[in-house]
Amino acid sequence: MNTHVKISGSAPADLSRRSFLVGSAATGLLLGYAAVPGIDQALAAPSAFEPSVWYSIGPDGLVTVTCGKADMGQHIASTMAQIVSEELGSSWKDMRVQLASNDPKFNDPVLGAQITGGSWSTMMNFDAMSRAGAAGRMALTEAAAGIMGVPAGELVVRNSTVLHPKSKKSMSFADIVKSGKITKTFTPDELKAIKLKTPDQYTMIGVSVPQLDIPPKINGTAKYGIDVMLPGMVYGKVVTPPVRYGATVKSVDDTAAKKVPGFIKAVTLDDKTGSTTGWVVAVANTYANARKAADALKITYDNGPNAKLSSQSLIDEARRLQALDDSGQFFVKDGDTAAAFGTAAKVMEAEYTTSINIHAPLEPMNATAEFKGDILHMYSGNQFATRSGAIAAGAAGIDPKFVVMHQMWLGGGFGRRLDADMMVPAVQAAKAVGKPVKVIYSRENDMTMDYSRPLTFQKVKAGVDGDGKLIALNHDVVSAWPTARWGIPDFLTPSVDKKGPLDSFTVNGSDFFYSVPNHNVRAIKNEMAHTATPSGQLRSVAPGWTFWAIESMIDELAHAAGTDPAEYRIALLDGKGKNDGGAQRLRNTLLAAMGMAGYGSTKLPKGEGMGIACVSSQERATASWTACVAHVAVSPSGEVKVKKLTVATDVGMQVHPDNIRAQVEGAALWGLSLAMYEKATLKDGGIEQTNFDTYTPLRMSQTPEVAVNVIANGEKPTGVGEPAVTVIAPALGNAIFNACGARIRSLPITAEAVKASMKA
Amino acid sequence: MPNLNINGRNMSVEASNDTPLLWVIREQLQMTGTKFGCGAGLCGACTVHLNGEAVRSCQTLVSEAAGKKITTIEGLSAKGDHPLQKAWILEQVPQCGYCQSGQIMQAAALLSKNSNPTKDEVVAHMDGNLCRCMTYSRIQKAIMRAASEMRTASNASTERRAT
Repeated sequence: MNTHVKISGSAPADLSRRSFLVGSAATGLLLGYAAVPGIDQALAAPSAFEPSVWYSIGPDGLVTVTCGKADMGQHIASTMAQIVSEELGSSWKDMRVQLASNDPKFNDPVLGAQITGGSWSTMMNFDAMSRAGAAGRMALTEAAAGIMGVPAGELVVRNSTVLHPKSKKSMSFADIVKSGKITKTFTPDELKAIKLKTPDQYTMIGVSVPQLDIPPKINGTAKYGIDVMLPGMVYGKVVTPPVRYGATVKSVDDTAAKKVPGFIKAVTLDDKTGSTTGWVVAVANTYANARKAADALKITYDNGPNAKLSSQSLIDEARRLQALDDSGQFFVKDGDTAAAFGTAAKVMEAEYTTSINIHAPLEPMNATAEFKGDILHMYSGNQFATRSGAIAAGAAGIDPKFVVMHQMWLGGGFGRRLDADMMVPAVQAAKAVGKPVKVIYSRENDMTMDYSRPLTFQKVKAGVDGDGKLIALNHDVVSAWPTARWGIPDFLTPSVDKKGPLDSFTVNGSDFFYSVPNHNVRAIKNEMAHTATPSGQLRSVAPGWTFWAIESMIDELAHAAGTDPAEYRIALLDGKGKNDGGAQRLRNTLLAAMGMAGYGSTKLPKGEGMGIACVSSQERATASWTACVAHVAVSPSGEVKVKKLTVATDVGMQVHPDNIRAQVEGAALWGLSLAMYEKATLKDGGIEQTNFDTYTPLRMSQTPEVAVNVIANGEKPTGVGEPAVTVIAPALGNAIFNACGARIRSLPITAEAVKASMKA
Repeated sequence: MPNLNINGRNMSVEASNDTPLLWVIREQLQMTGTKFGCGAGLCGACTVHLNGEAVRSCQTLVSEAAGKKITTIEGLSAKGDHPLQKAWILEQVPQCGYCQSGQIMQAAALLSKNSNPTKDEVVAHMDGNLCRCMTYSRIQKAIMRAASEMRTASNASTERRAT
């Protein structure tokens, strides 16, 4: 079972290894952690691009928070500002945000790198941002005390002002900064010893303040990667081969392209990072001309070893691997399942599959590269600046310390922008033409070259005792391994059978909070899929498929035992041993969702049903507690109409209630979209779907009512952007069973499959 | 050298007649609020108004736009205070925000003709605009809020005229 990943080659960079700097300069008060280099040297980025800051306060009193996280719509920059503001005592109207460069001093304080994913950001930055805010307040207070000639202990801070209630004197943050008298510094121990507010003292946390990034997003002024404009810049359009991976370019004939006005050059990529295979970039003075030139290029390919593979090949290979006794590695090995199956009163087996899925953020992949002297500047919205800088460096053939990543707003991320393939064509085209180049993928490039959610095959074998109680579970998960592809050992997890590291981002969730005495989970790498369809992290990652299998099977077991599926789950959530705490929270969340939805109390007409599921996504160590009641109506032809999704989630502490609702609703609708509307297929080594006519995410007309119940019980804040994705598909599958008796085990759910599975 | 009337200004652009309007707006005029999403008229991110009608600028050739009034998100209102823009902030609609220029332009074309749309009319009008963050329910709420505000403003001005 994996704990928090840490990229640090050495010990994680914790507060004791950092010194906190508070200094006053003419330009403003700068606060930040002096970073200790902790990441692998291969990934290390340079350390002196700009001052080390989490936030600064200007002489105008404006507080500018630098967000080291990618903001892809989760409003994390605004959230960081809110946490700082709580302890600092600033007015919300004075808060501003900016996005960090890849300077390691902006690395995540827990992860030791710049990576945004896992619904980790709030939980892992809450303490650091709180302490940064508090230290600023203390430094400002001390300076103000000196200036006013009053004891610091008599001062109070609110609304960006330091007040002395006795004398009614006050100073604004702006005045204090302008005085230049802020001198207080903090040792690491002093920083650690700062007494933070208790939740009952909060005035900002828990308030739905207006998100700072929204105003520029309604008038066209927010700058995304695709909006970057540099002097002298030209444009690149990639031409990608017919196969997803493994092609090589044999020849490029640019005779016709040369007739396109503005055409500059066709650049065949030499990609030693392995991010791309067989790509060519057509470079021209405008993107429209680059597209024309790209269309005019005549390129011949060797389509390589994957050219005959299809989705069927991948699933056949998955079945073959799963059937082998010695394939894969164990992620969970509790008790003795073999012995328990021998004594079980009944054994049930089922196979669950999910299709290839495409991220398709609405902003197509893009990057702009500019060489300036020795420095390579990259402009792109990116979720993993630490690695992307290294990939850009690899594409340029330079040391990563010479790469500056300029972060932009992300027009959707969903995990897609953890990958860095877009760096390669931009860098190599810029190098080849000696000018800054902005490369923009067409939607077709973006879809067919996605680092997709992998096709998965799962086999679940369950043994129950005479009372129908689950006593043994074997769970095999076969898929491409998205995280193994990164080549960063610290992101992998040791296997419990000591057969080498496994990619826990293919099995997370299977180490659930149900008490099952004999429990095996085997992670099996589908090497064929891994090579032919290099996979990525798609919003919620493994729990998006592991809970599809587990929560469907639990329902099947409940029905076989003649027990209500909710009662069956609650019995398994007994909170014994390692499940203590988590199991009870999950049970409570499930009950909350059931209550809200009227589960079991509302009489439904024939052809309608409610189904439940509950999940501890994302990882066991970073779980949120999420439950769903799906209400569906199924027609005799198998058409499923989703009438309502009721989602309850225990998030511990809510920083911004309205944002949590927005994220949970968006995540739930993602779950619905993946469960019913999105399917990609592989044929002849290539992804068949190329645009939104054949790959069809949820639209407004397909959007049901989503009721969200956020449980904030004062525990530490959990992640909210992903967990709700994972609970929807099993809740729908279980609802469909309750509506019409059809048990669906393959995603996406189709009317044909429902009709075929209906009881005659 | 087509001449364009965009957001009330006449501009001459250098582009061949078969260039999609989208790229002229974004690159030559550097108005990047109009977004590229699919290049095929399937997502609505590039929606602008041509003589008040919502069109997909990735599917509109610059020659087709010549001589017509083009409005982009930058020109929808003088100060970013169109009732829809205000409603978008009040409902805190955007997540990543990338589709929202197109959503607002699409919605503005509806409200300019029908300031009292039913939910079904809103859905039918907006269904071609994808939001990958799935902010659909807030988009709906914001449109209804803006429509209500426009009706109130219109009633108020009617009353003023009457008195």
